[in-house]
Amino acid sequence: MAAASEDSALDRVLARFEGPNTVGNSYRFWALFLAGTLALASGPILFGPYWAFQSSLFLVYAFLALSLSVVWGYTGVLSFGQVVFFGIAGYTFGVVSVNFGTPLGITGGVLTGVLAGALAAGVLGYFMFYGGVRNVYVTIITLVSTLVLHTFMAQTAGDKWTIGEAALGGFNGMPTIPNLALGVEGAALTFGDVTFYYFVLGLLVATYLGLRALVNSDYGRVMVAVREDEDRTRMFGYDVRRVKLAVFTLGGALAGVAGVLNATLNNYMSPGVFELTFASLPVIWVSVGGRKSLLGAVVATLAIEFLRFSLTGELAFIIVGVLLLVFILGLPGGLVPWADERLVPWLERTVGSGGASTPATTTEESD
Amino acid sequence: MVNGLNLLFQFLDSFAFIVLAAAGLAIIFGIMGVINLAHGEFIMVGAYATTLANIEYGLPLPAAMLAGVLVTALFGLVVERVIISGWLPNTIGQLTLGRNVIEPLYDRLADSMVATWGLSLVMVQGVRILYGNSLDQIGTPLGNIAYSGFTYSTYRVSLAGVALAVLLVTFLVFRYTEYGMRARATIQDEDTARAMGVDTERTYMTTFAIGSGLAGLTGALYAPTITMVPGLGSSFLVEAFVAVVVGGPSVVLGTTLAGGLLGTINAVFSNVYGTFVGRIALLVTAIVMIRFLPEGITGFVERVRERRQEGV
Repeated sequence: MAAASEDSALDRVLARFEGPNTVGNSYRFWALFLAGTLALASGPILFGPYWAFQSSLFLVYAFLALSLSVVWGYTGVLSFGQVVFFGIAGYTFGVVSVNFGTPLGITGGVLTGVLAGALAAGVLGYFMFYGGVRNVYVTIITLVSTLVLHTFMAQTAGDKWTIGEAALGGFNGMPTIPNLALGVEGAALTFGDVTFYYFVLGLLVATYLGLRALVNSDYGRVMVAVREDEDRTRMFGYDVRRVKLAVFTLGGALAGVAGVLNATLNNYMSPGVFELTFASLPVIWVSVGGRKSLLGAVVATLAIEFLRFSLTGELAFIIVGVLLLVFILGLPGGLVPWADERLVPWLERTVGSGGASTPATTTEESD
Repeated sequence: MVNGLNLLFQFLDSFAFIVLAAAGLAIIFGIMGVINLAHGEFIMVGAYATTLANIEYGLPLPAAMLAGVLVTALFGLVVERVIISGWLPNTIGQLTLGRNVIEPLYDRLADSMVATWGLSLVMVQGVRILYGNSLDQIGTPLGNIAYSGFTYSTYRVSLAGVALAVLLVTFLVFRYTEYGMRARATIQDEDTARAMGVDTERTYMTTFAIGSGLAGLTGALYAPTITMVPGLGSSFLVEAFVAVVVGGPSVVLGTTLAGGLLGTINAVFSNVYGTFVGRIALLVTAIVMIRFLPEGITGFVERVRERRQEGV
């Protein structure tokens, strides 16, 4: 990290990802970020394929958390309906890939799935934002949409709800969704447990960096302006409705990515993804991590899901619920912004300004 | 003709269900600006307390129901002091750290939703751990109304009368009592109310306890008719939210109108196409209503009245 002071090319690259809208604008942060990524990448080597299979799910959920972070944390639209787009994308991918089981068909399924998620968000968002629905009513509409889809998908048992060869299957869900494959016959990438893990990790890092670049761009500043004061932003001549719709659609696409990856990882889709307990998970992840921090969304998702997975007992939901209460009441900004504003300066003061303070934050931010 | 009678019973049933499910939520939302996502779980507390009082402790059903209401109101009081107003943590914080630890959740809609959601997770799982996955159920009293081959539960139909009574009492309380006046003053302008000597924090506390008590009443009344599982609250949540959204800011009038409208829609669609379509129709109505009347029926009525007063 010390060598970077004369390396202005690196500075220019990093400048794209840095700004007031994200935490971590220092060489030390990027070094930690690299270390965290490498730690995650070394997981399958250390713990084997089963660990990779399990942890892929947490990484997939991180996309869902990122989608809510962008929509709620950066643009101020609290959506309980990210799972709607997650589920729609998953089901769409399922229908397409069961009907066309070839690598090309599966690739097409990925694209249509993500597109379906974005489209659903676009339609719902257009209806809401251009219809003058604001604030908490947006939240309630998204909540109601989740319930509608749950009620709807739960009754799709029977032949009437079979699309081509794919039966939606009502409560029992849709089995035999194929593994991920990308490309055309003969030149296709297929994925096992470990390769899928690396694929998802790579995609997550790329998505995180892309979103960082977005929220630190001029458009990102407009998004934050919409969050902070809608009316004033409109006074400055920005079309608030269009900004919200664009971000909401992007959020739908991101949730769609998560939905497709989830379906192909589990080889299964069921109406359970529209249940209220699942719908609330993204809100929990993002609240705990810090809604105004993309990194917070990812870190909290990985930590909470790991915790939930380790505590398979009956206390898991109690611990998660208490955690949520403590964070929303005691630390309304969330974990990562708190670490950035309070913990790191405090560590610097107590430990001294040397590099000795870094290990404490690594554990905070990379697991 | 038979179908008409059936439709009437179904309407009364839906009306009662919607009004009773929504009343507590509407009061807390309307006065405190707190969206209580744990509302369904408060109903569950009422239902569980009633069932346990009746079956375990052998209280007669009406006394058990009263116990259910009181237990839930008390529980609501504790929740308000600990979580919503943060009085308890802040008092402890003042004593140990010399500062407040948390901010009250009043008028922080999104935060109150998230916090009460956490509470509901804890409550559902806590009850599951304490009492297992289900509980013995009280039999439905009062028997059935039979008419030319059809039957309908007398108890469920008569709940419509209870729902009307709840609305009436709520109206009287808010219109004519000292508390009601303070509560209305607090909704209109909290700062002025406080300047005029209204203890707004106490008003909030009472309101939350009353709202919780109403949720408990709903639980107590429906305890004999539903399966006693820890997640039973979620079956009330949809109707409650839809009614509050459709009803708008005026608590009593809004809930009555919403109950009437949604009860009709639910009864007609359920009667003709089945329960599933009835539920979907309810949800679609909610979405369409929010789209065209974002402030609910009473918000719309209010706007029309204001426009008329301004003089054409």
